[in-house]
Amino acid sequence: MNNSLKKNTHEPFLHITKRGEMPIAKAWIVRLAAIAASLLVSAAVIVLLTGYNPIQVFKAMFSGNFGSLSKVRTLFQNIAMLLCISLAVTPAFKMKFWNLGAEGQVLVGGLASAACMFYLKDSLPNIALILIMFVASILSGIVWGLIPAVFKAKWNANETLFTLMMNYVAIQLVSFFIMLWVPSGSSVMGLINADSRAGWLPNIFGQKYLLNILIVAVLTAVMYFYLKSSKQGYEIAVVGESENTAKYIGINVKKVIIRTMTISGGLCGLAGFLLVSGTNHTVTKELAGGMGFTAVMVSWLAKFNPLVMVLTSFLIVFLQRGAGEIATVCRLNESVSDILTGIIIFFIIGSEFFINYKINFKSKHKEEK
Amino acid sequence: MKKFVKVLAIVLAVALVATLAACGNKDKDADGGNKAGNSVKIGLICLHDENSTYDANFINALKAAQQELDLTDDQVLIKTNIPESDACYTAAEELVEAGCNVIFADSFGHETYILQAAKDFPEVQFCHATGTMAHTENIANFHNAFANIYEGRFLAGVAAGMKLNEMIESGKISEEKAVIGYVGAFPYAEVKSGYTSFFLGARSVCETATMKVAYTNSWFDIALEREAALNLINNGCVLISQHADSEGAPKACEEKGVPNVAYNISTISMGPNTALISSKINWAPYFKLICNAIANGEEIPTDYCGTIKDGMVELTELNEKVAAEGTKEKIDAVKADLEAGKLHVFSTDAFAVKGEKLTTYKADVNTDEAFTPDTEVISDGYFHESEYRSAPYFDILIDGITEM
Repeated sequence: MNNSLKKNTHEPFLHITKRGEMPIAKAWIVRLAAIAASLLVSAAVIVLLTGYNPIQVFKAMFSGNFGSLSKVRTLFQNIAMLLCISLAVTPAFKMKFWNLGAEGQVLVGGLASAACMFYLKDSLPNIALILIMFVASILSGIVWGLIPAVFKAKWNANETLFTLMMNYVAIQLVSFFIMLWVPSGSSVMGLINADSRAGWLPNIFGQKYLLNILIVAVLTAVMYFYLKSSKQGYEIAVVGESENTAKYIGINVKKVIIRTMTISGGLCGLAGFLLVSGTNHTVTKELAGGMGFTAVMVSWLAKFNPLVMVLTSFLIVFLQRGAGEIATVCRLNESVSDILTGIIIFFIIGSEFFINYKINFKSKHKEEK
Repeated sequence: MKKFVKVLAIVLAVALVATLAACGNKDKDADGGNKAGNSVKIGLICLHDENSTYDANFINALKAAQQELDLTDDQVLIKTNIPESDACYTAAEELVEAGCNVIFADSFGHETYILQAAKDFPEVQFCHATGTMAHTENIANFHNAFANIYEGRFLAGVAAGMKLNEMIESGKISEEKAVIGYVGAFPYAEVKSGYTSFFLGARSVCETATMKVAYTNSWFDIALEREAALNLINNGCVLISQHADSEGAPKACEEKGVPNVAYNISTISMGPNTALISSKINWAPYFKLICNAIANGEEIPTDYCGTIKDGMVELTELNEKVAAEGTKEKIDAVKADLEAGKLHVFSTDAFAVKGEKLTTYKADVNTDEAFTPDTEVISDGYFHESEYRSAPYFDILIDGITEM
């Protein structure tokens, strides 16, 4: 092979170029193909690792979500909670404010609700107690969100680290209060007001969780229009694209940051309220259970569109719930299903790459030399 | 675009073929004819999975019981990683829907949710380990269970004390340097009763032994448990034991060459040169008991407490490589005394509180919101642990033990 000749005509084996806008239909075909491919790879992994029949595993995944009325109810409840937190972080993320503190904001919100339940017990009519809890949770979430926001707005403190650290403070705060409330030292609150059910969100139409689900459904619609059609939503988008542009057109960036984080923190607080009053009726360090971080993925995968987030949160909850069922039915460790979830999400994220970029291979006649 | 369609077609075609191929294997159905009868279907709810020694102990015991009773996998459902929240109720609900007629939850914080489920599904039996509420709630289908693990820990303590004596005799440490380190999860009765009985066992053979306790405030945290163990070792502890559920402490001990007494599982494979012995609750007899009760239509005891005699309190294999000479014989002798009722672990002659012998103590046996001490538990010269309810209530800090 002639070296100098090769140098002259050097072309990398492949190079990547940005695509123009891909037609929506084609983009969705790519996404579906990615999911199909991911299922295929998952199936291969199942067979290679465990020798199980992949169909049996996928069947378990499906029945874990839709197998019975209570499973469907839990599915929707879990989607609602994840979606609520995702909606909460979305305005901040759209503004490119990296709020990784949703976990802590949810926790303090939940803690506030639990504190009201613990101290007020059934001394007030339930509706009054619930209203107090509602307000207390949202305010606590706002405080937890505002602290890093103010530092960011005033002194440009790094919000990623700041919000992340605030999570640990929140966890310790919850530990502290549980220790205070449970003198036996077991660090387990258990159901609060188990007999009186004071501070428990009521079941509507006899259905558990239905109120949570409806509240989040309304919230989804409101957030969609807030981001899409309101002036504030527009300001968030501009600040997110470029702070300088925002300043140039006369947007008060500091005000937008603080206002948006008030919303973000407040909604996390609301999620905390729903988790305590409408779901668990207790508070633990694991109340948010990592959803504060999963929400980031939900929000990004949906490109900050609240309606698409319904889909992405469904996808993630579906995979998680399915994973649990696989562990039970096939007696596999849940890690196996975590691997599957990882594969599937990897393909989905990967498909976005192929939608946005094009890979150009070295043209054929040159390779044939 | 043409190439794109081609690739898509290939992907879909392969997916289809794989699906069809997989459908070919029919899963075989095992048919019945087992010892505990076809009627039994048991569900187990675990806080973590096999990676936690605590949960592994339940899972292995249930699998052992399953084998002995000849139950199929369909009759034994295990749900892992179920937190102490509404998810526990949901898990119980799903097990009921799957047809389970007896459901067992393994973590203390599961209790109120299981109790709720027991009220909502009166036709299903619910059992809960380490819980405290069954003996006062009076709900026919809700049961607690635990074991006199303090006796097992006392015996493990004897092995530890023998090891300390060996170290003193060989001149490795001086008498007053016989300090035990203990990694505990939370400062509450189950842990306190555990480390006290372990300490009393050690001191029954090594009089100068003292103990330092460090809490991790978590049931399962490998890094924290490791850290706590290393910290204790750096603070002069020459032997470590733990009541937390990961391999953090035993592995730290192996690294440092410090003898370790474990809980729930034998850790000899993790620390061949340092693992001494473990005490454990063997839940298999209890699982058999409840499965047989279901099969025969009998009542499950409201609050069952296992013993050495019924096989629920066990010691794992003694690591002869680490143990002092004569340990096995000594353990057997003490065990015989315990079984015969000649020896009481919490004899008031064996310990003092602030220099004084305890003659009376009210423990919080009946759970209430205010945690009021309600039952006199000292009589006939000893503290009656796990007699008024199965879950431990010994929560006294005795002389010789310091909490860090």
